[in-house]
Amino acid sequence: MFKRKLNNSRRNPLTAILVIAAGLIVAGGGYAGATAAVSHSTAGAYTADQVTEGSKLFLANCATCHGKNAEGANYGPSLIGVGAASVDFQVGTGRMPGQASGPQLMKKPVQFTAEQTEALAAYVASLAPGPAVPDEKWTSTTGNTTRGGELFRINCAMCHNAVGAGGALTEGKFAPMLKGVEAKHIYEAMVTGPQNMPVFNDANLTPKDKQDIITYLKYVEANPSAGGEELGSLGPVAEGLFLWLFVLGGIVAITIWLGAKSN
Amino acid sequence: MSTATANKKKGGFLAGTANYLDERVGVAGILKEFGRKVFPDHWSFMLGEVALYSFLVLLLSGTFLTFFFQPSMVPVVYDGVYGPLKGAEMSIAYSSTLDISFEVRGGLLMRQVHHWSALLFVAAAGLHMLRVFFTGAFRKPREINWVVGFVLFILGMAGGFTGYSLPDDLLSGNGLRIIDGMIKGIPFIGAYTSSLLFGGEFPGEAIVGRLYSLHIMLIPALILVFVAVHLFMVVIHKHTHYSGPGRRDDNVVGYPLMPVYVAKAGGFFFIVFGVIMLVAATFTINPVWSYGGYDPSPVSAGTQPDWYIGWLDGALRLAPTHLEFMVGNNTLSMNILLPMIVGIGFLVVVALYPFIEAWVTGDKREHHVLDRPRNAPTRTAIGAAGVTFYAVLWAGASTDLIATQFKMSLNQVLTSIQILLIIGPILAYIITKRTCLSLQRKDREIVLHGRESGRIIRMPNGEYVEVHEPMNEYDLYKLVDFKSYQPMLARPNDKGVITIRSRIRAKLSSFFFEERVQPVTATELEAAHDHKEIH
Amino acid sequence: MSSKGKDLVVAQEGEHEYATGLAVVAPDAIKDPGLEPHRVRMTDKSEKHAKNAERQVTAMFLASIVGSAFALWAYFAFPLSESDLGTVRSNTLFLGLGITLGLFGIGIGAVHWAKTLMPDAEVSEARHQTRGSEETRARAIEIIDLANQESGFSRRKLIRRTLYGALAFFPLPGIILFADLGPNPADSLKHTMWRKGTRLTRDPYGTPIKATDVTLGSVFHVIPEGLNESDHKLEEKAKAAVLLVRVEPEILKESDERKGWSYDGIVAYSKICTHVGCPVALYEQHTHHLLCPCHQSTFDLTNACAVVFGPASRPLPQLPITVDAEGYLVAQSDFNEPVGPSFWERKA
Repeated sequence: MFKRKLNNSRRNPLTAILVIAAGLIVAGGGYAGATAAVSHSTAGAYTADQVTEGSKLFLANCATCHGKNAEGANYGPSLIGVGAASVDFQVGTGRMPGQASGPQLMKKPVQFTAEQTEALAAYVASLAPGPAVPDEKWTSTTGNTTRGGELFRINCAMCHNAVGAGGALTEGKFAPMLKGVEAKHIYEAMVTGPQNMPVFNDANLTPKDKQDIITYLKYVEANPSAGGEELGSLGPVAEGLFLWLFVLGGIVAITIWLGAKSN
Repeated sequence: MSTATANKKKGGFLAGTANYLDERVGVAGILKEFGRKVFPDHWSFMLGEVALYSFLVLLLSGTFLTFFFQPSMVPVVYDGVYGPLKGAEMSIAYSSTLDISFEVRGGLLMRQVHHWSALLFVAAAGLHMLRVFFTGAFRKPREINWVVGFVLFILGMAGGFTGYSLPDDLLSGNGLRIIDGMIKGIPFIGAYTSSLLFGGEFPGEAIVGRLYSLHIMLIPALILVFVAVHLFMVVIHKHTHYSGPGRRDDNVVGYPLMPVYVAKAGGFFFIVFGVIMLVAATFTINPVWSYGGYDPSPVSAGTQPDWYIGWLDGALRLAPTHLEFMVGNNTLSMNILLPMIVGIGFLVVVALYPFIEAWVTGDKREHHVLDRPRNAPTRTAIGAAGVTFYAVLWAGASTDLIATQFKMSLNQVLTSIQILLIIGPILAYIITKRTCLSLQRKDREIVLHGRESGRIIRMPNGEYVEVHEPMNEYDLYKLVDFKSYQPMLARPNDKGVITIRSRIRAKLSSFFFEERVQPVTATELEAAHDHKEIH
Repeated sequence: MSSKGKDLVVAQEGEHEYATGLAVVAPDAIKDPGLEPHRVRMTDKSEKHAKNAERQVTAMFLASIVGSAFALWAYFAFPLSESDLGTVRSNTLFLGLGITLGLFGIGIGAVHWAKTLMPDAEVSEARHQTRGSEETRARAIEIIDLANQESGFSRRKLIRRTLYGALAFFPLPGIILFADLGPNPADSLKHTMWRKGTRLTRDPYGTPIKATDVTLGSVFHVIPEGLNESDHKLEEKAKAAVLLVRVEPEILKESDERKGWSYDGIVAYSKICTHVGCPVALYEQHTHHLLCPCHQSTFDLTNACAVVFGPASRPLPQLPITVDAEGYLVAQSDFNEPVGPSFWERKA
């Protein structure tokens, strides 16, 4: 019956083209949707002007270390494929342009305006596909703090401390404090893995996972401890030091008053 | 009516109560015996009291907490008010700790009071021990009391450790994991002991309940018993006092118990409690909600135990690499055993020190007048070396925090502290001993020649000299009343043999007393005055 | 050691003269001038000062009452609200400050009272030797002798010795009672949940991991599939937690035995530190070092996680992995050695 219908089809010949086109769109769109989870959440394309502006800024400020075509040179690795997210993070937090050599790049006052940073990001993004600046949807604090806290403790706390107060790595390197860091920079750091920080691609921590982590961190930042002054959230060492210096010290001062003769 | 009852009626309620108690308990006799007991007054004598009062605060705040805390490790899904843990799986112990913190009025306050006073208890006990050590208060007849106090210090550490492990949070849970790892490393019995302690494989569901029994029952009971013994001995020995005019080994100078001491010591309890309460109301301690419930997979940067366990954690960190060996088919974990041996060795030396010193000096008299630290240079130097050793181990536990706070390399910090562990105590010994001897010489100078007054006068022959003010006899006496010892030579015994024991004793006495400064005698003072020196 | 010369303080009547050992007892020591004359305080001399002090003490006790009352009020005035953690802060703070004032008032008041108004003249009380007098000691010895005689303790050897034996043995059952605190560990330390074909899944939610998910520079925290359904979740996790990392295959130094244990530069190692068991969770992407945050043991991932720094000795055990038909990473078998801290029975 099926065969007969085809043979006796009164359908328009263009139908086949439409069906094929529809099939391609479904397949292609489905693939794009699936790989979106693995690659990156795009924040919008850049204009050609931005790319040009960015390449000029790059030649003036970055090429000495990273090479004229960002292929890498003496002091700077190749930036081909690092994506706009890397640039937005490194330049946006002032780590780049790098200055003093040492075990790790330090955060410094930001040297470029937001437009310039975007231009640089556009230029680097144009070199090869790479992680993009995250969509605002993923950096808003509407995520789940419970999931965020759990994921943070498993993936991040061992370097950054349970509430993001920072921690030590080997040979003078360190994981910085996360307080006061912009949500999108947190996202970008996770997805690009700056310096010795591992890469948490979207297959490892999905954008939703990342958003949950950001929500958790911002919650902790916005809600100081109900117990009072936090002593840097550094734990028992800070508590012990405070105890010996100020509490016991204060009590010893009181005992001296107590034992002294009244005038 | 007899005159007795008539008098009683006149006295009123208080008199009636006193009479009631006296007829049943004999309070009159107790008051007579103890009411006017004399206690010397010096601020350094109050450190033990700080420890005692912290312990009372622990009992009070701890009792409150036992009404809310549930020591069960059965998993439960949190449904309380703390947002970032809502829906998370955790033990009942952790969940009840969160409830105390966020849903019981005053609960967080009491948790913080409890934890701050625990830290204070051990710190004050430690500082008190140092005072006792550096003033020689452990000498006869107080050697046993020293050991009792030492046991109290250990019990304090045990109480603290069992306590902070109760909430079953990530930080203290990792501490338990470390303890488990250490126990497993003990030869022959390690794996079995670990299984006995945790009721099977780590973490199991038994440990919190067991630590709870230790923490609220056994350890406080032991502390109370030992505190009672400790205080009882202070009563029968009477308190020591510093040297000074009118103070001898056969008297005690100070103030009577009633009313002065009742007011001062009683008031001091309220002050210590007040300080703890103030700190607990304003400073966060052990914010368990930040750590999450214990899970063997996550861990926080900056994982350290409470301060009084720090020196042991430091010992673990400072152990050199690759210290594990095969003994036949078995593994000998010296990287764990060595820190344990060092730790226990240190404690043993601390516990036995009074007996060592007593053996060396052979002085069997009772000592109730305290030494100024400078007047026992070798003992003070040994103490300084011991404190340095302890402090370096303690610093060893914070290598990662030192590295981040001072922007140094973690590895360099560790290596430096390893070196400091050996060099530090030696340097501390040498510097302290020299300083003590110099201070003693300075004291002699002042006694013999008086204090420099700053007034310059011109002699008839043109010489300029500074006038020295002689000390008044009371201050002077403080500087000359101390015990001095001399080293001995190893002598043959009755059988004509120089025993090894005698040799060791002679060597030690030389180590202790070869370099010494004796107190100024009356003869020397006369001689100095006869020279009619004014400088 | 005989006592040379007299002690500074002549032993009182009936008191024992102790040996002085190595003490230097100078016969010409400077004499004790006796207690210092009492220095009178302002509050002793002047009625005005005394009254002032009294007012100060009273004020402090009053402040204490105010503080305690404030604390009582604060308990109710700062209720806890579910939606606002700040209420916990307020309640804690004000309740605590109120109690603090309540306590300080009493304490400082009482001490001030003692210092300013109670007599501060020092008094002296005699000490007697701790040792009993000769008569007391003689009587004590007499009592012990009597007890010995009347019981026949020294005389009756059999009774004495069997008593010691009984006393030595009776506590032993008390000790053995604790043997059921935990089971015999047997082989529990030597095996984990990993088996041939067990999928590697993400910690904590248990979703399986594809080899293509693990890009260069990534680190995944891994638990075996099925762990979340296990009855002994935490106990299994304490042995089975694994770190999954991808590096360039060329930089891996693999022994012949382990050549097939990695997959295209993806390696899996036990996360349980071989020092004392903390999670070795820090991964440095460029140095390829794993750092344990507890005691800073450092392991070189490119060299079979050998120890390069810190107190650990043993390298982290490696989990042999491969991919299954659908591209998910799976274990080839359990670890070939016990994970975590060493123990006596652990072979080389």
